[in-house]
Amino acid sequence: MVLKFMQGNEAVSWGALAAGCRFYAGYPITPSTEIAEMLSRELPKLGGKFIQMEDEIASLAACIGASVGGLKAMTATSGPGFSLMQEHIGYAAMTEIPCVIVDVQRLGPSTGQPTSASQGDVMQARWGSHGDYPIIALSPSSVAQAFELVVTAFNFSEKYRTPVILLLDEVIGHMREKIELPDPDSVTRLERMGTNVPPEWYKPYGDAISDVPAMASFGSGYRYHITGLLHDPMGYPTQRLDEIDPWIERVQRKITRNLADILLWEEDDIESVNTVVLAYGATARSARHAVKLARQRRHKVGLVTLLTLWPFAEEVVARVGHTARRIIVPEMNLGQLALEVERVAGRQKVQRVNRADGEMITPQVILDAIEER
Amino acid sequence: MSHEQPSAYAYLRHTKKFPNVWCSGCGIGIVMGALIRAIDRLELSKDDVALVSGIGCTGRMPVYLDFNTMHTTHGRALAFATGLKLAQPGLKVIVIMGDGDALAIGGNHFIHAARRNIDLTAIVVNNSIYGMTGGQSSPTTPLDSRATTAPYGNIEQPVPICELGMAAGASFVARSTVYHAVELDRFIEQAILKVGFSLVEVASYCHTTFGRINKLGSAVDMLRQLKDTSLTQAAAEKLPPEQRAGKIVRGVLCDLDKPEYSALYDEIIRRAQGPATEKVQPGEVFRAR
Repeated sequence: MVLKFMQGNEAVSWGALAAGCRFYAGYPITPSTEIAEMLSRELPKLGGKFIQMEDEIASLAACIGASVGGLKAMTATSGPGFSLMQEHIGYAAMTEIPCVIVDVQRLGPSTGQPTSASQGDVMQARWGSHGDYPIIALSPSSVAQAFELVVTAFNFSEKYRTPVILLLDEVIGHMREKIELPDPDSVTRLERMGTNVPPEWYKPYGDAISDVPAMASFGSGYRYHITGLLHDPMGYPTQRLDEIDPWIERVQRKITRNLADILLWEEDDIESVNTVVLAYGATARSARHAVKLARQRRHKVGLVTLLTLWPFAEEVVARVGHTARRIIVPEMNLGQLALEVERVAGRQKVQRVNRADGEMITPQVILDAIEER
Repeated sequence: MSHEQPSAYAYLRHTKKFPNVWCSGCGIGIVMGALIRAIDRLELSKDDVALVSGIGCTGRMPVYLDFNTMHTTHGRALAFATGLKLAQPGLKVIVIMGDGDALAIGGNHFIHAARRNIDLTAIVVNNSIYGMTGGQSSPTTPLDSRATTAPYGNIEQPVPICELGMAAGASFVARSTVYHAVELDRFIEQAILKVGFSLVEVASYCHTTFGRINKLGSAVDMLRQLKDTSLTQAAAEKLPPEQRAGKIVRGVLCDLDKPEYSALYDEIIRRAQGPATEKVQPGEVFRAR
């Protein structure tokens, strides 16, 4: 373990290396560029590969190609690039190819305000690509958590054969903070399940007890087909409903039946309180301080920090909604995750605190909301 | 020349995959045959070949062939192939694309893959039209030709695929037609052997859309037109420029020896790792800072 003082973007890079990332393809964009710069320097030291692609579409394509070749792969971007990546987030979901996409959110829409913080890509992370597909999105609220969650992102990605999105915001990406870097050997690293069946038996999209079929790398002696078309267990395109429906059900199920593993959150005294603040990312830091101040003033306030944004932690919110009279949802957007909280807890219970001008929501603003009656 | 005609059978996927999606008489099948002959002649193991495609009629080719095959998104096949090649440098990665796929939506990826000179073999089947969607004008539709989205005639200049590839930095560039199938598989063979970005443009036709809209006749008629309008480089050089216009010039247009991206990246790894005795272990990377 080594004590360091570093940026969230740096922590993401070290975390990725510790998780076993050996391929990075990306395109420069503020405020994520430090990740590309660091990995261009560090990956070749480990025999890994870095490539700067011609755009973000190509970046994620190259990551998916490398993942098919057996390498753990990551790209990082911000809003405008994240928009471009949606095409291949859908492709990775459809073809069940592991990859990690880091989005250091900045103020949008469009070019917006490149150096200003935002949490405006929450819904895009869930629904950005066309069609219905499951997705995992994680959001850290500290530099240390950025390291932890990028490792988790890789592990989920490999374990569930799915693209995983790490939603940072500009604050977490650029903020410098103390972090205890673990010994990389002590980091839990999950690898995708390979196969050792005879090649002629291998079904790249066959049924598996876990709902996650084993994945063979190209070049390993298992020749098979990958397509963005709906496909049968062999990976061949199909229009048969008896092959399409099981596929749709399986890819949804591989996430929904593993919520106990995938949902990550922190809660602080949510029993016997009448108000709960539910936050994520940089906003959770303000929320934590606001809750502390409110408690000093004898308000009964609890705090929930969501680390997994997608799939949405319905059970957690339902439980909170059951005990608390009010859920305050501060977000650096005009109300995105609040929509989900309202869906689960009911609109009457939810009090939104929003700011979408590139500035952080201060503890005072949240404290004012807590004290509002 | 003594090599026997290979049986395509050994390279096809037989479960569930035939009949194919192509219209009868389509030129893409001829390209598939040429590709099989080239791979067979090179005696490549099927395990060592990856065939990557984009979207469109040509994009459907990989599913029929028993290699490591990947049918990606429209225009992006070269970007996927770039990642795959870097992860598995031992694979022969062949990218098969149509003209709209490679030059319109994929034009930027095309330029940059050539510029990097990464060891990929790009085959562009040029039928001058978007066939799968029913005959819209493509970046290679000739001036004044008609398409469903150019009902009064096309006013956009066609992109010269090979010349663009050469200008962008490809190591090997060749052009042939589906009429010249024997020549075509030679060019594909050379392209696969070439270390660096290699490009083979195959002039083909689409009788069901382009041919129908422009009243060019049947598949056989269009094959004949390819024969009549194409000529070798040597023959083209003897013609005055005004007679060269509209002709398809066949041949190996460039064959250069240039540093290849994956090999250069291996050198980057050596530089980053420093002298062999000081090889950095994962655990030491953090401490090194």
